Amino acid sequence: MITVVRAGPLTTVQDLGRPGWAHLGVPVSGALDAPALRLANRLVGNPDGTAGLEITAGRYAMSVARAATVALTGADAGLTVAGRPAPFGAPVAVPNGATVEVGPARHGVRSYLAIAGGVDVPAVLGSRSTDTLSGLGPKRLCDGDELPLGEPTGEPSGVDFVPTSVPRGDLVLRVRLGPRDDWFTDPTELLTEAYTVDVNSNRVGARLTGRPLTRAVTDELPSEGIVLGAVQVPANGQPLVFLADHPTTGGYPVIGVVDEADLPLLAQARPGDRVRFRLS
Amino acid sequence: MANIRLVGARALLIEVDEPLAWHAELWRRRESGELTARDIVPGARTVLVDGVPDPGALMSRLRKWRPDTTAAPESGPLVEIPVTFDGPDLAMVADRWACDDRGVAERMCATEFRVAFSGFAPGFAYLAGLPPELAVPRLETPRTRVPAGSVGLAGNYAGIYPTASPGGWLLVGRTDVRLFDVTARPPALLTPGTRVKFTS
Repeated sequence: MITVVRAGPLTTVQDLGRPGWAHLGVPVSGALDAPALRLANRLVGNPDGTAGLEITAGRYAMSVARAATVALTGADAGLTVAGRPAPFGAPVAVPNGATVEVGPARHGVRSYLAIAGGVDVPAVLGSRSTDTLSGLGPKRLCDGDELPLGEPTGEPSGVDFVPTSVPRGDLVLRVRLGPRDDWFTDPTELLTEAYTVDVNSNRVGARLTGRPLTRAVTDELPSEGIVLGAVQVPANGQPLVFLADHPTTGGYPVIGVVDEADLPLLAQARPGDRVRFRLS
Repeated sequence: MANIRLVGARALLIEVDEPLAWHAELWRRRESGELTARDIVPGARTVLVDGVPDPGALMSRLRKWRPDTTAAPESGPLVEIPVTFDGPDLAMVADRWACDDRGVAERMCATEFRVAFSGFAPGFAYLAGLPPELAVPRLETPRTRVPAGSVGLAGNYAGIYPTASPGGWLLVGRTDVRLFDVTARPPALLTPGTRVKFTS
């Protein structure tokens, strides 16, 4: 069992989500930086899809009521175990009862903390992920919460150094235009303008601000299915890139779709970071 | 023939007159192993096929497929939803429909609705069946909390809130029927194509 000492700004349980229920209005959810969660799981000897913690902006602390192995990946943050510095991106042994602390994120936004055996909260529609849009899955963590752990199934990895994957500087996202690029006077404006990540970005989507995109068709779009990475343009003309907790249908035109491989990078972009799009 | 649009690297959007018939046809072909797709999501006038290994190849195959439009409307399960018609916006809807409160309930109960598509929340179904002249607007300022089970109207659609949430639909009644149960398969009571009758 783990006991949350300090939940931080937003910490949730995440695995690889609950795909396949979109026709019933169920968002896919799951870790926004899924490669980082997979890596953390491999480091502690878990199967890739084991539930871990997605720690937004760091400042998280917990105590672990058994000897365990943990690993921290994603956004680079200081890790301490029982007050002593421990390496980022490596398996770390935690003695029974010790406190594990994650400091403020230095680069990126979302850190992933895997614990050998995984967070063993009940699965909802096949996933333990917190869905911040629909409320499915466990609630976001609060100070004092107790979470059960599963039994470790594998051995921690022998890898002792993993380079950080969170990029720095301007982000370039590969995009495919459509399906509703013909609703805009010049959809290539998406490719020539620079955008800034807005502070209101969250697990539902990354809100970008820049020169508003102008609509050629001003009709209301009958609701249609939305994919992960869809760049939706609401009435204010500012693009919103949908992330894991995105709604399954929507009534604003989607000008393009960001390559899935680039979404983890966007999920690690901070408010104020610059984003550009280029054709995939 | 349907207009088909590529959506990113792994999906297609099919624009069709009969999204439910297409949804049923694609679902059937996935069950039979002819189609590999993670999600088949109907919309108001579209079907999204997502999680497709090779959308380009599927696009050419899709052009040869035809849904069975003759069998679709009367088939599919029928769900009866008992409703108490005492919603806070009942008078507003009655005014729009040029009838009294009871007239709204009667019209709702006389209509056979069909789940056109889902969205907004898990288990929230957009119920089609009202004629265009009975379309109603949304509230200008959405309510911050609509109780679970509230039966509402927006545009030409009826809908039932599966859980308490903010919402802008005009509320005409409420039901105790459970619309979403994560332990049930499928978890939603109202799946695309399901026919719905309200009873008072």
